[in-house]
Amino acid sequence: MYNFEFERPTSVADAVKALGQEEAQPLAGGQTLIPTLKQRLAMPSKLVSLSGISEMKGITQEGRTLVVGAATVHADVAADGTIAALSDLAGNIGDPAVRNRGTIGGSVANNDPSACYPAAALGLGATIVTDRREIAADDFFTGMFETALDEGEIVTAVKFPQPEAAAYAKFEQPASRFALVGVFVARTGEGVRVAVTGASEGGVFRWREAETALASDFSAGALDGMAPEADDMISDLHGSAAYRAHLVGVMARRAVAAAR
Amino acid sequence: MPKDHGIGASSKRREDVRFLTGDGNYTDDINVHGQAYVHFLRSDVAHGRLTSVDTSEAGKMPGVVRIFTGADFEGVGGLPCGWCVTDRHGEPMQEPGHPVLAQGKVRHVGDPIAAVVADTPEQARDAAEAIIADIEEFPAVVDMKAALKEGAPKVHDDLSSNLCYDWGFVEENREAVDKAIQEAAHVTTLELVNQRLVANPMEPRVAIGEYSRARDEHTLYTTSQNPHVIRLLMGAFVLGIPEHKLRVVAPDVGGGFGSKIFHYAEEAFCTFAAKAVNRPVKWTSSRSEAFMTDAHGRDHVTKIELALDADNNFTALRTDTHANMGAYLSTFAPSVPTWLHGTLMAGNYRTPLIYVNVKAVFTNTVPVDAYRGAGRPEATYQLERVIDKAARELGVDPIALRRQNFVTEFPYATPVAVEYDTGDYNATMDKLEEIADLKGFAARRKESEARGRLRGLGVNCYIEACGIAPSNLVGQLGARAGLYESATVRVNATGGLVVMTGSHSHGQGHETSFAQVVADMIGIDENMVDIVHGDTANTPMGMGTYGSRSIAVGGSAMVRATEKIIAKAKKIAAHLLEASDADIELKDGAFTVAGTDKSVAWGDVTLAAYVPHNYPLEDIEPGLEETAFYDPANFTYPAGAYACEVELDPETGKVTVERFAAADDFGNIINPMIVDGQVHGGIGQGIGQALLESCAYDENGQLLSASYMDYAMPRADDVPFYSVDHSCSTPCTHNPLGVKGCGEAGAIGSPPAVVNAVIDAMQSGGHKVDHIDMPVSPSRVWTAMNG
Amino acid sequence: MPQVSMTVNGKPASGEAEGRTLLSQFLRETLGLTGTHVGCDTSQCGACVVHVDGKAVKACTMFALEAEGADVATIEGQAAPDGTLNPIQQAFQDHHGLQCGFCTPGMVMSAAALLKENPKPSEAEIRDYLEGNLCRCTGYHNIVKAIMAASGQDVGALAAE
Ligand SMILES: Cc1cc2nc3c(=O)[nH]c(=O)nc-3n(C[C@H](O)[C@H](O)[C@H](O)COP(=O)(O)OP(=O)(O)OC[C@H]3O[C@@H](n4cnc5c(N)ncnc54)[C@H](O)[C@@H]3O)c2cc1C
Ligand code: FES
Ligand code: FES
Repeated sequence: MYNFEFERPTSVADAVKALGQEEAQPLAGGQTLIPTLKQRLAMPSKLVSLSGISEMKGITQEGRTLVVGAATVHADVAADGTIAALSDLAGNIGDPAVRNRGTIGGSVANNDPSACYPAAALGLGATIVTDRREIAADDFFTGMFETALDEGEIVTAVKFPQPEAAAYAKFEQPASRFALVGVFVARTGEGVRVAVTGASEGGVFRWREAETALASDFSAGALDGMAPEADDMISDLHGSAAYRAHLVGVMARRAVAAAR
Repeated sequence: MPKDHGIGASSKRREDVRFLTGDGNYTDDINVHGQAYVHFLRSDVAHGRLTSVDTSEAGKMPGVVRIFTGADFEGVGGLPCGWCVTDRHGEPMQEPGHPVLAQGKVRHVGDPIAAVVADTPEQARDAAEAIIADIEEFPAVVDMKAALKEGAPKVHDDLSSNLCYDWGFVEENREAVDKAIQEAAHVTTLELVNQRLVANPMEPRVAIGEYSRARDEHTLYTTSQNPHVIRLLMGAFVLGIPEHKLRVVAPDVGGGFGSKIFHYAEEAFCTFAAKAVNRPVKWTSSRSEAFMTDAHGRDHVTKIELALDADNNFTALRTDTHANMGAYLSTFAPSVPTWLHGTLMAGNYRTPLIYVNVKAVFTNTVPVDAYRGAGRPEATYQLERVIDKAARELGVDPIALRRQNFVTEFPYATPVAVEYDTGDYNATMDKLEEIADLKGFAARRKESEARGRLRGLGVNCYIEACGIAPSNLVGQLGARAGLYESATVRVNATGGLVVMTGSHSHGQGHETSFAQVVADMIGIDENMVDIVHGDTANTPMGMGTYGSRSIAVGGSAMVRATEKIIAKAKKIAAHLLEASDADIELKDGAFTVAGTDKSVAWGDVTLAAYVPHNYPLEDIEPGLEETAFYDPANFTYPAGAYACEVELDPETGKVTVERFAAADDFGNIINPMIVDGQVHGGIGQGIGQALLESCAYDENGQLLSASYMDYAMPRADDVPFYSVDHSCSTPCTHNPLGVKGCGEAGAIGSPPAVVNAVIDAMQSGGHKVDHIDMPVSPSRVWTAMNG
Repeated sequence: MPQVSMTVNGKPASGEAEGRTLLSQFLRETLGLTGTHVGCDTSQCGACVVHVDGKAVKACTMFALEAEGADVATIEGQAAPDGTLNPIQQAFQDHHGLQCGFCTPGMVMSAAALLKENPKPSEAEIRDYLEGNLCRCTGYHNIVKAIMAASGQDVGALAAE
């Protein structure tokens, strides 16, 4: 990889300052960024490690909201259990060693179209907290590897409202074990949300027809025979667009059946 | 009672201690003082003309020692091919050149264009990025049948076409087979793909070249399964270095599975460059680089037709295969679809007439060569799939159909040129039925169905030809090397032994099992025997390890050398005991005069050999060291029967292997624990091929499965515990240990079992699917059931 | 060049590291601890697994500078000073849980992390935990068996003795 400076600030403010340098980039768990750097697909001048910032770590409850610090690793979210669906999802990302390093902030900031956390954030109607503002998940994920983050802006936490019932059903791509299709379903006081990852060229999205169908009848049967249009689904080595569209229906039904 | 030492004992592996404590010595663990590092600039297009390679800016970058291009290798030989196949018309195959660095053209993604030697790996890579290589891109040929069409782009401009050879076997049978198929009561036809795979040993390849000006000596450290073969090929054909000036060391090697047999450009480059820059030069492959430079495996497209008479006896078999060679001929590539494939098409069955046609084709892809099983998995897969399909078409039990057609009398000469010495295919099938609990299948299927899953059972047989190979035979078949093996047994004065073998161990546990054999023959403790391998400087010329040959050929050489040792030691003992050597018996490490209690210990005899104060110096020389070369009389023919049970989720198409059983006949067994492990590993790879692995290119010759992100390796949760058994044993009749070899069986026998099981599962759900290509991925299954 | 200090296998260790120097490189090249292997460049094979502050991590996916002050454990520190193998290592030898040995350091370190979290894992839990550790040689059979044995479970009744 190309060389870079390395800095490890201990506060968000210092991190933001360090990121002011041209081509500086935050480093969280590195589970995505380091393989990318090895392929020489990125050339940061400086990496600003977020792992020394204690205010960005840990999980707290604020009323009916779960606040997860952006530098919290997947393993810690998996162990938390307050929102079972979220912990189950985190516990099934990658492997144990990845979960001991990878963070929720890195995952949402990266917005990989096959990643799991974006589905939870969108499905639960989370709020992404940054060093300068709060962004609703609906506005945050703007396309494959695209988010609403500005240059130098860092995610500091993700706030999840406690759902009445929720679950995530993931169908793994056989090689990478990322989501070939993952569906996060949540029922909250404000209605039902269904977020789909892995399937679409546009990254994570809400499957509105399913939400409507589930609003009146929150049961797997309500989705019988339903699948989204295959038109803008991903087609690759591991599955055609039609197959992915079909799987969205299957995984959505499984998530509804498992929701608790 | 299982044995606790010697032949037949599950001795714990002595090599494990170093591997378990981080004390192994793999090639990348070696760093030579003053070494520089090489980075290869590789083609990112599949086919094109190199119009210029401008290294001027790159050459000025920090740390750069020297940049090499194809021009630097103009006076140097190309990478040789070790096997020449003769085609149907008696003509030799078309054999293109294979330069160390591309000259004139690039022919696959990954073809090396230039090599930067620099002080650090990162500097070498930085400079490689600064090289300006202009490539006039040509259309690529990827599909084999398209490559053979009139007017297809030619991979090699100097060849008449992309056809390497059109091989017919046995050509004299061609018409008789056609006729038998025409007249048959029933013919089952199947078209299938044996997909391209990447061997993926967990250790990527590494090469370190070193040169001593003072001694004019070269050393190459390399991740090889056969250091002597590399020394011969590279020394004699590429670089012109005589063997006594070239030492090749393959230390601990982290798996090979065939992909580390071949002589690769990077080995020749590092050896060449070390002299050119007068500094050691090291190359460590990244996994990404491995995907586009390690020889790939399989990649056959086949049509097979099986003819049966009205009583369901097999009467003829005809196959038509296209075999991908890739862009160049890798070391043993031509032999794989021919002599390692066509000769096995009889399988375990009495089919009187067989004709195999193979067209080997050049394409703009990574060269394809042997991968665990090499040709034999391809043969087995076709045959065992078509038999299953025939059984379904005829409405008969697939096991009964197989049994009805088994070869039952040995030796058996097949119509495809080989003679099976021993075997008992009914016995392994009986054993399989028992260990796989086939009786319980119906109940298990019911239980799966209650959970909304389909369950399928797949059974198949396999046979392989191992113990490669009788040199005079393979010489007639086009091999350009002998395929004997060697061993030197050196007995030390105090009785310990060192065995220097030409075989190489890269996971097979030779250091343990070979020692068991020698210790058993002499009747001493295994710990008194050490096995040395992997360094041409201290082992006799051998051909290395592949084709399940080590115990059958290398082990036999070791037995022969040990027999010579024992014969000489008996003479010494006879002298010490004042008896005739004909009366001396060796048992439990002591020499006794038959029928008396007069005896002398092993250690006293060995001491006498080196301190010959009281010694028959008129009759024999002092010392106790013997070498033997063993050239086998025939191949060995391990065979067995495998069963797989899968569950299939009809909603997603996902298949999981629930049970897997393997009943093998490997002849005699030296170390059952190691043999079990070999079978487990083979089955793991076979399940990987059947369900997960695929090396895919797009139509432009870009590699789509270029990392583990897209190339699905089998993981621990993709496989179940396996039930393996090798108690059915018909010892090999022509080697001294009666062994057959076990390294490839699992990979050969398992893919058809898995696919047969998947078809059975789909059929049980009412889906009239009679074939699906590997890997049987969820999307393929779902498409097949809903297509 | 920046300097980094950490504890490795209970002993202080320090050396120079660039920003880009991976922990795996630092261990292998600077400290000469070549037991930690590198089998891929996409963070998937697990040949490089070590423990950092008691947790299994992929040493190829962490910078050396991130390990400043950390407590690192590698395969070289697993056996007792007199060479006695630890129970996991011993079980791997007893049950033939390794062939070429290349994946083995990562397997042993992952197994150690698993048994710390879950002293008696089921077969399924072991297989799941090893998702990030590839082995090409063993078909996993004897690895899973060895880990079960190391956790004190009776493996005598398993298939394929
Ligand atoms: C083997 C393996 C398997 C995996 N499997 C899965 C899987 O199944 N599902 C899944 O969802 N993911 C998977 N991942 C990805 C993993 O979850 C990553 O941890 C995650 O995507 C990125 O998190 P990170 O903390 O490692 O971020 P990094 O790699 O450090 O950073 C990722 C990107 O986000 C930026 N960034 C990081 N933190 C912040 C922040 N706080 N604010 C702004 N920008 C930031 C970085 O600059 C970088 O561009 C896998 C990874 C590996 C190696
Ligand atoms: S080297 Fe493959 S995961 Fe670290
Ligand atoms: S023992 Fe060779 S990769 Fe696992």
